[in-house]
Amino acid sequence: MPDQELVVLDQVNKRFGDHHVLRNVNLSVRRGEVVVVIGPSGAGKSTLCRAINRLETIDSGTITVDGVPLPAEGRALARLRAEVGMVFQSFNLFSHRTVLDNVVLGQVHVLNKRRDAAERRARELLDRVGIGAQAAKFPAQLSGGQQQRVAIARALAMDPKVMLFDEPTSALDPEMVNEVLDVMTSLARDGMTMIVVTHEMGFARRAADRVVFMADGEIVEQNGPDDFFGTPATERARSFLAKILTH
Amino acid sequence: MDALLTEWPTITLAFWMTVKLAAVSAIGSLVLGTALTAMRVAPLATLRGAAGTYVTVARNTPLTLVLLFTGLGVGANLGVELSADIATNNFWLATIGLTAYTSAFVCEALRSGINTVPVGQAEAARSLGLGFVKTLALITLPQAFRAVIAPLGSILIALTKNTTIALVVGVSEASVRMREMIETYGDQVLQIFFGFALGFVVLCLPTGLLFGWLSRRLAVAR
Repeated sequence: MPDQELVVLDQVNKRFGDHHVLRNVNLSVRRGEVVVVIGPSGAGKSTLCRAINRLETIDSGTITVDGVPLPAEGRALARLRAEVGMVFQSFNLFSHRTVLDNVVLGQVHVLNKRRDAAERRARELLDRVGIGAQAAKFPAQLSGGQQQRVAIARALAMDPKVMLFDEPTSALDPEMVNEVLDVMTSLARDGMTMIVVTHEMGFARRAADRVVFMADGEIVEQNGPDDFFGTPATERARSFLAKILTH
Repeated sequence: MDALLTEWPTITLAFWMTVKLAAVSAIGSLVLGTALTAMRVAPLATLRGAAGTYVTVARNTPLTLVLLFTGLGVGANLGVELSADIATNNFWLATIGLTAYTSAFVCEALRSGINTVPVGQAEAARSLGLGFVKTLALITLPQAFRAVIAPLGSILIALTKNTTIALVVGVSEASVRMREMIETYGDQVLQIFFGFALGFVVLCLPTGLLFGWLSRRLAVAR
């Protein structure tokens, strides 16, 4: 069924000067699917992720979200971004607002919800990610893991059709990685459509429906996690996995 | 000391004019300076160019020239009348000149404040679906303001002292009163000087302290 395809990238190319960061990338993500993108640094994983809500522009090709091609600018683009949740490596919580305000802001100013309804929803989401007790604090008063969970709640508050995660655990202390991955795993289990750029192979094995392996701006190989980790088809993927899984 | 004591009521009246000039121009420059900053980071090149040109011109023109232009050029020559009362008219012309000049400095301070706000803040706002104006108004500018409170305080102090140049538009603020008094009380020139200087210290010193305290109080923790 074609309407099952929620995010479709078709022949996407992007260059930073001479550097060809995305080469003819084709990818389609079904509704409810969890796609984990892995690969060496500089492979274009983050650029791919950021292109889907147009934080990066692309040079050629098309990206469609729920059947709608990405608008270039203005209100239409803002509307689309509201439907695509984004979680950043560096959290990017609004530093001058409380945790609660961070989760309320988008609901009030983008979805035009009433403040009390937005607060109720925000508290619900903060409880869900286990930060309910910290609602009145400012981001800088929380640990990295807590901040990232607030960032996930902030994105969820927009009721997005798809969630993008751009290396959500790379800036975290090791002991905080799991609290964030647990939230993501439970999201995946609840049927959220997710595109996750990460180096966490355990998460990829556990939660992914499909693993996409990128290198040098290209999608080299994609497969279910068991097949990908068990019997990688390409030499490039084999050597990558050998390097990261042997220690 | 006699002169300062006998003229105490006219001196306070003159300083009151100084305060009014500074306060009205400060509000005006904050509003215009913020608008200019918004233009300078706008996605439209025309807006950026216009605001950039304005700031360059206003910042590099001596204030005396700006005020002579508003007083003689806009007021006398072009015949712009903002009030039937000549004193009130001059007051508004002076505040327009002071605002036009000071807003360029406010804009530069705020723009450097925007540079202290990590790019990720605006990216997060945009990815929630906030447009350019809301991102600026809700996320970027509030953090930029908090980062530049101390320099804004310095600009306000400079503005307070710059009000003395309003004499070229014919506004009787403190420095005009001082000159008149020196002419009348030629034997007490030093006392009069120090008296008025002290008056400005009394106005400016608390401003500096207040803004220093505010900048510590409102600093954004990252």
